[in-house]
Amino acid sequence: MLGPVIETLIGGLLTGVLYALVALGFVLIFKASGVFNFAQGAMVLFAALSLARLSEFMPLLLALALSIAIMIALAYAIELLVLRHLINQEGIILFMATLGIAYFLEGFGQALWGSDIYKIDLGLPTNPIFLFETVFPGGILVDPAELIAAIICAVLVLVLALFFQFTRMGRALRAVADDHQAAQSVGIPLGQIWFMVWAVAGLVALVAGMMWGTKLGVQFSLSLVALKALPVLILGGFTSIPGAIVGGLIIGAGEKLAEVLLAPVLIRTFDLAGGGIENWFAYVLALLFLLVRPQGLFGERIIERV
Amino acid sequence: MLYREVGQFKTSYQSDEAIFPIAQDRWFVIALILFAFLGVPLFAGQYLYTELLIPVLILSIAAIGLNILTGYCGQLSLGSGGFMAVGAYAAYNLALRLPQTNIVLVFLFAGLMAMLVGLLFGLPSLRIKGFYLAVATLAAQFFLEWAFARVKWFTNYAPSGSVAVGRIELFGFPIDTPGKTYIFVLAFTVVLALAAKNLVRGRIGRMWMAIRDMDIAAEIIGIRPLHAKLSAFAVSSFYIGVAGALWGFLRLGSWEPLAFDVNRSFQVLFMIIIGGLGTILGSFLGAAFIVLVPIFLNQLPSRLGVPLSTAAISNIEFMLFGATIIFFLIVEPRGLARLWAIAKEKLRLWPFPY
Repeated sequence: MLGPVIETLIGGLLTGVLYALVALGFVLIFKASGVFNFAQGAMVLFAALSLARLSEFMPLLLALALSIAIMIALAYAIELLVLRHLINQEGIILFMATLGIAYFLEGFGQALWGSDIYKIDLGLPTNPIFLFETVFPGGILVDPAELIAAIICAVLVLVLALFFQFTRMGRALRAVADDHQAAQSVGIPLGQIWFMVWAVAGLVALVAGMMWGTKLGVQFSLSLVALKALPVLILGGFTSIPGAIVGGLIIGAGEKLAEVLLAPVLIRTFDLAGGGIENWFAYVLALLFLLVRPQGLFGERIIERV
Repeated sequence: MLYREVGQFKTSYQSDEAIFPIAQDRWFVIALILFAFLGVPLFAGQYLYTELLIPVLILSIAAIGLNILTGYCGQLSLGSGGFMAVGAYAAYNLALRLPQTNIVLVFLFAGLMAMLVGLLFGLPSLRIKGFYLAVATLAAQFFLEWAFARVKWFTNYAPSGSVAVGRIELFGFPIDTPGKTYIFVLAFTVVLALAAKNLVRGRIGRMWMAIRDMDIAAEIIGIRPLHAKLSAFAVSSFYIGVAGALWGFLRLGSWEPLAFDVNRSFQVLFMIIIGGLGTILGSFLGAAFIVLVPIFLNQLPSRLGVPLSTAAISNIEFMLFGATIIFFLIVEPRGLARLWAIAKEKLRLWPFPY
């Protein structure tokens, strides 16, 4: 019994890392501009679509470089066309604007690249690895692609966390998140900062899209993965980069375990037509967490003044 | 020249507190309601009823509901679709299990059930704020969607998971043609909209707005956040539940949980943002806008003679929809209702520039 549970746990943790990758894009933008960026999922889809379609008729590395260029151009366009005109608006208006961007990108991506299912072949090893064969019968099955994703994610997080904490640019970003007007008046170039943040978020989206694309295939449902990143986000706290990782791990492991352990119980007691509790379990888990810590696990402490 | 309140003196507290203090506004609204009841049926055809008027009216109710919660009380919610589903399935189950129940009672029951569920999911709002709450309400959305898809009792053990309603009648009169449905929905909308307008003008509405503007300050001057937030959740969910039941019964006829998915929540949210947060009028304008835009976008290519595949049309629809929303947010972040207010202000001064 223990073997399969541990296997689910590890599978869940690795999936959690992939959630964390998407959540990371959210955190970046929220931390640096106070925008709750709903378009992150659409950006993941768009990046993955570009990469998948470009790599069909050119070498992977060239396609990757082109995709990076596309994501940077996209960030520039978003800053130029949308954000620049919404400086100092309320958070909800900016949030709605990103919803608009999400709709636009979903339509644009599919109009440009097509709406079938595409493959990204990164040439990662696909044969599952078996661990601890001596301890458990049959060993524990681990997908190497997910393992590599986990490593990439860990490196990304480390770099970003250091960047935010220790560089001049990172400090400027945090100032912008605090107050657009005040940041602008001390001479921080708002436009440049936003362009940069969105570009970095675009690159994170590209990495996430690559990983999810190899796992699930590049298709429309990829933009729904972003919805899964939201509970990860509130669990870890909107402003915390390490929070995104820890949240991702908890959600990933929690929902896989719940599907295996809790769902059968629920089905038996309530006479359900199948499980599928993965869809909401993450949210309810995050909700319960929030009741104890309203700012998330690692979020900045909310200090309220009149 | 016509729109001017010169000479309209308020001589009593009653007239000072009137719902439409300016006579022209009052007559305009009365004329509009009369026209909607008596004038529209004279010329409206089936297409106008089923594709435009009925959806706009029902979604207006949902938008008013969400506007009470988000626009007036400041609690951002992404769970409207789920609460609409609660209303729809509650109405379905009551109509199924007690077939003799008056249809108006069925819809009110739907509202009450949605209200209870709304209260339950509103509880975290006492501790969680802002975007954290928005994501927390997504928990309601996904949980409810899942519950109606999986718990067989809700769908009366239908193997396909979709439910259908039978004949709908009111005091023995069948509501079967689009025209009758329209009048029925219109009556509901008018009553609920007037009730909402009065609620937000009164003590409760002021309480909500105080919480929205700054909850700690409101708490200090003696407004109980528990009371204010939960009442906003309750009233809002009631409206959304009624809208959900109306949508299921009178617009769809048969539906599955997918009809109330998270996109529905976003749709209602778009309505109140584009219409204008914190205005009842905005809920109507936003609903009309959101219903009209896709119809317009669908018609446009064929009218222009550009042949497009359905996939291309749906992609272009997505793009244009997103672009329109961004455009509106940039041009007028306070929504269509604000444009209306500006127009009225201009009219008052007309023909002088100031």
